[in-house]
Amino acid sequence: MKKGYFGEFGGCFVPELLMPPLLELEEACESILPSEDFRRELDDLLHGYAGRETPLTLCPTLSRELGFNLYLKREDLLHTGAHKMNNTLGQALLAKKMGKSALAAETGAGQHGVATAAAAARLGLSCTVFMGEEDTRRQAANVMRMRLLGAELRPVASGTKTLKDAINETLRYWIAEQRSTHYCFGTAAGPHPFPTLVRDLQSVIGEETKAQCRSTFGALPDVVVACVGGGSNAAGMFYPFVSDPEAGSVRLAGVEAGGTGEPGCFSSAPLNLGSPGVLHGQYTMLLQDKDGQILPSHSVSAGLDYPGVGPEHARFQQDGRVEYHVVVDEGALKAFARLCRAEGIIPALESAHALAWVLENADKLPAGGNVVVNLSGRGDKDMDIIRGHMPELCMPARDAEKEDRR
Amino acid sequence: MTPSILTRGIEAANAAGRIALIPFITAGFPAPGKFRGILRDLDESGADIIEVGVPFSDPVADGPVVEEASRRALSAGIGLRGILEELAEDKDRRRAPLVLMGYYNPFLQYGLSRFARDAAEAGVSGCIVPDLPLDEDAPMRAALGETGSALIPLIGVNTGLERMRAYAGVAAGYVYLVSVLGVTGERAAFSAELAAAFTRAQSVFSLPLAVGFGFSRPEQLDAVPFRPQAVVFGSSLLRFLDEGGSAADFMKRWKGR
Repeated sequence: MKKGYFGEFGGCFVPELLMPPLLELEEACESILPSEDFRRELDDLLHGYAGRETPLTLCPTLSRELGFNLYLKREDLLHTGAHKMNNTLGQALLAKKMGKSALAAETGAGQHGVATAAAAARLGLSCTVFMGEEDTRRQAANVMRMRLLGAELRPVASGTKTLKDAINETLRYWIAEQRSTHYCFGTAAGPHPFPTLVRDLQSVIGEETKAQCRSTFGALPDVVVACVGGGSNAAGMFYPFVSDPEAGSVRLAGVEAGGTGEPGCFSSAPLNLGSPGVLHGQYTMLLQDKDGQILPSHSVSAGLDYPGVGPEHARFQQDGRVEYHVVVDEGALKAFARLCRAEGIIPALESAHALAWVLENADKLPAGGNVVVNLSGRGDKDMDIIRGHMPELCMPARDAEKEDRR
Repeated sequence: MTPSILTRGIEAANAAGRIALIPFITAGFPAPGKFRGILRDLDESGADIIEVGVPFSDPVADGPVVEEASRRALSAGIGLRGILEELAEDKDRRRAPLVLMGYYNPFLQYGLSRFARDAAEAGVSGCIVPDLPLDEDAPMRAALGETGSALIPLIGVNTGLERMRAYAGVAAGYVYLVSVLGVTGERAAFSAELAAAFTRAQSVFSLPLAVGFGFSRPEQLDAVPFRPQAVVFGSSLLRFLDEGGSAADFMKRWKGR
């Protein structure tokens, strides 16, 4: 198979000016990443600094209600609040060993920006983060966290002013700054070698999950569910199952964001609603019009709001190894609320999409079986959105009762 | 293989003691009704080759001027099909050969073979696809090859000898050397590494070298320690036109170089 391809998907569709740093990175992935020094230093950072391993938490209340054992892989407990840190610590360490002095990153919701800024601060690298102007308004708290961590934030005013435009701008910046700077790409997408690099750094999620399942209930789970935007948390969760011959019977389900669900609305579900094409260096499933122009995406969760998806997911889908479903905004919001009250966990709206699919399809899931949802992040960043969509949840209990009686 | 009409056009200018002039203009710029006239003016004012930009929603190799032109074209409904139809209409009266410059996805969605056929019929002699490096360009090159059209490589000051050699094995038309490590747009000064890259490229390619990304004034050519076979200007032309200047006036500045 051609290098950097997953079946027919993937590749490296970038200007020739970006080939030298991508080839340099590919070389570093082959020589530095597998070295014992690197593995040990990364393990130390993941355990001592970021808080791995993350627990596999049984949800007793929901399990009783649903009729199977629901477990959450708690990436929400990782430092800076999401799985993003697995990737940024790995790439920051790699960049340092490559002799780079700076990181550049794109961010949508700001989680990857915060995780990159933290990794850069920890490892003594400087950091520039590109974020769509629209997103800087939606995610003001993360803007402040990035600045506190010493990153320079550059709002992006071009195009749709969201994640895809932030990626465009970071690629442009990288063309000019490639000698000193590593582009710390935020998801398992983009030009080769990023889809493989990010998946490998995130695979710690799936590896731990397998071991924890075996030690908790003595077997692999029946079903594993993760949300898919660019697809890094899902790639990290699924890959260790896909590549394990003993895990062939484990059902793997990715959940895309359907937007409002109104007819003709913008979504973030290219695997279900898109077609193949080239964007951001990769041949993958995209939301595009008939002329090949990329469509705006939408989701209530900014972290899933992307018109493309990592190329390996397109291949998993084509092979039929992973099934991909759609959950709309309302479903995710309901799942968010239910997890808060039933289990005392506030999930990120991204992760709430994965949980929502389980809740909506509970009657078709194996009674008495074991279902794992990757809780990829925590919901602290989503407070303003929640207040906007579900004000009743945020009122003092007594006021909410009064609302009910009206 | 017979040399492309693009190669011959540049060589003819050089034989006459001139640097070949290659203006770039985004299709539908500055407004859909004006584009065809401007193309005609460029042709009649001494352009040796004209590059026409195909707009794309996510132009990662372009600076703010070309990106904005692309955005405006898209909101005016400009698409590849319409561009080819419009170019076909003036095909027989045009003197300068045409090159389309655009990102891969619109060509891919159009269908590569169908595109190559329709482009040839519209009088297009070559394509530049900024997001198709050597490693990915085989399908596009094969499709264009069927109609005798050139896929023009875009190389940079950071392109090493080995990769230049690999491009030299397959390149046609001319070679586009990007003058700076950056996106399209005007630059005040050029680096020593541009001269080094030019020398490297000249030793590797038998095709003419066109230097672009950054030229806005003819005097800049005096400041670089080499003489390219051709020069491309995009952002400065778009800005000039947008400020109400005429294509003929813009071209006049560059004549006689």
